[in-house]
Amino acid sequence: MTDITTEKARIGAPSAQPFIDGFTEEGENLSPVNTGTNTSTTSEQPSAGPLAGASAKSHSHGGGVGVPDSSRAGRLTSYTLEDFKALTGLEEDWRFTPLRRLRGLHSEALTGTAPAVTVSAPAGVRVETVGRDDHRIGSAGIPEDRVSANAWAGFKEATIVTVPAETSLESEITVTLTGAGTDAAAQHIVVVAEKFSKGVLVLGHEGSAVVSENVEIILEDGAELTVVSLQEWNDDSVHASSQQAKIGRDAKFKHIVVSLGGDLIRVTPTARFAAPGGEVELFGLYFADAGQHLEHRTFVDHGQPNCVSNVLYKGALQGKGAHTVWVGDVLIQKNAEGTDSYEKNQNLVLTDGCRADSVPNLEIETGLIAGAGHASATGRFDDEHLFYLMARGIPEEVARRLVVRGFLNEIIQKINVPAIEDRLTEAVERELAATDN
Amino acid sequence: MSTLEIKDLHVSIETEQGTKEILKGVSLTIRTGETHAIMGPNGSGKSTLASTIAGHPRYTVTSGSITLDGENVLDMSVDQRARAGLFLAMQYPVEVPGVTMTNFLRTAKTAIDGEAPALRTWTKDVKAAMQQLRIDADFAQRNVNEGFSGGEKKRVEILQLELFKPKFAILDETDSGLDVDALKVVSEGVNRAHEAGNMGTLLITHYTRILRYIKPEFVHVFVDGKVVEEGGPELADRLEEEGYDRYAPGAGVAVAPAVQA
Repeated sequence: MTDITTEKARIGAPSAQPFIDGFTEEGENLSPVNTGTNTSTTSEQPSAGPLAGASAKSHSHGGGVGVPDSSRAGRLTSYTLEDFKALTGLEEDWRFTPLRRLRGLHSEALTGTAPAVTVSAPAGVRVETVGRDDHRIGSAGIPEDRVSANAWAGFKEATIVTVPAETSLESEITVTLTGAGTDAAAQHIVVVAEKFSKGVLVLGHEGSAVVSENVEIILEDGAELTVVSLQEWNDDSVHASSQQAKIGRDAKFKHIVVSLGGDLIRVTPTARFAAPGGEVELFGLYFADAGQHLEHRTFVDHGQPNCVSNVLYKGALQGKGAHTVWVGDVLIQKNAEGTDSYEKNQNLVLTDGCRADSVPNLEIETGLIAGAGHASATGRFDDEHLFYLMARGIPEEVARRLVVRGFLNEIIQKINVPAIEDRLTEAVERELAATDN
Repeated sequence: MSTLEIKDLHVSIETEQGTKEILKGVSLTIRTGETHAIMGPNGSGKSTLASTIAGHPRYTVTSGSITLDGENVLDMSVDQRARAGLFLAMQYPVEVPGVTMTNFLRTAKTAIDGEAPALRTWTKDVKAAMQQLRIDADFAQRNVNEGFSGGEKKRVEILQLELFKPKFAILDETDSGLDVDALKVVSEGVNRAHEAGNMGTLLITHYTRILRYIKPEFVHVFVDGKVVEEGGPELADRLEEEGYDRYAPGAGVAVAPAVQA
């Protein structure tokens, strides 16, 4: 293969080399990375490019009838590590992840020192460090994969942050996890928004770490909670984060994932409605540089009537081997009448040599719903955007940055907390500045 | 005094069927203070001329020239052309998600002037210009053209025209899709920019309606990629009565040779 990764991506031009070595269109042949059993893949590149085939088959990814994987509802959940088989990389939920780079999170006991937790919170917020036996642990979710179960088996103490009932916080809570080294570790965080409380929590991840993290988020009835999970790790970090939220009656949950720094990041946010009338927004922003693997798998489980969910993840990719994965599962169960749901993923590919996988899955078991939609688009710069801006005198480089910034801004604008918006805008600016180098 | 000169311009595009020539030898000279109307049926190449002047990459100039005060426009990139003083009000302005109007206008003005506009006067100018064009103040915080109606998009194009103060404005069917009220508002904007005294205008239109509000000194009729007839405002009146049918192939009208005004 010719090496053309240094060439600036031309808008609208077909990519001469849309694939990463060892990756095929469908992703299953990651096996050279994961199991070493599969065939070479580069000769199988379809001439149609990476998009046509993937979108055409995106609905078949769950496997066939009778296979447990065929419905998200059938996925194994357990607190017990041993219930999960050793990973091969062929599993539906691991087939895009290079297991080799997980640094043992899926296979070793997680005995390393967990990232240090520091919390700054406005008055009224309760912050506790508790042992494994605290009754609140396990109240929002059961591990849904082996890496999450491994963290469950391995964590020593948990941090619990509680927004008291009927309290509206004036400023945000900041929970900062600072990596303590790259021995595989386990972490456990619980966030409780009590009845009719209102608050914003920023979960920041920085430093160097190899960590599997379980975050449990409980929204009691009528609570409004925004959680921003910010991944700004050092380049050597590996992070798997299962973030499960349980949504009470008429509660509103906004979850924003921002993944920028780290070698491999895999965040799996799940939202489950425990009672009718809840609203969930899952937003995500990621910017993958050369060699980074940023994976996000969202799951909204509509098991209650009259709930609303909206999922929007947007990502930019640049540099050789930059790989992003978004898999969005929405399950509308038989009793979830009146559900209104939508999910969308958009990726902006800035250079050759990147790969964006995007799989929106929608399962609907009742016809009595208000709406259900899913969408995915991966593309290069829009020629017409660039032309419009340049026709107003704006130089090409400035116009490009304006467009990328604008593309990602759509997520930042959703946060509605100026301090965090500014912080994220700066973080995106740093990524954009790196583009120019 | 500036001059935009188009000489024997031939332009083609790539289609699935191969290369197709759209402009087949267009010559036109516009000077500061002049308003030229280009009229013609659908598919005659009017919009191609507009986009070519602005430098849209879809169009390839195969021969001929465009110069601005003697400078070769075809050598300039899209943004250089805009900074040199050419402005294209687009027929279908695109939506640019995530980029607010405020940010966009300031970035463009900074690029065109080579320095950031003084914050206080700039904000005031933008506000005043928006008011005159009856654009709601909250548009400033909205993303460029996002969710704007057709009429709103056109007004925002004219807003830019008034703020950026180009040497030459090319209005590509700015009137299409506008109701009478919006048409008046937009025309007033163009006339204001014109009265400021440093602009020439190339008004591309399918209909004669806008010519009730913007008075061209010169009218050029475009058919099949060429100027087939030229004249003064009276030519527009005649087109209003007779339409373009007489220019259809085989209509048997002796077409006056195109003479540059």
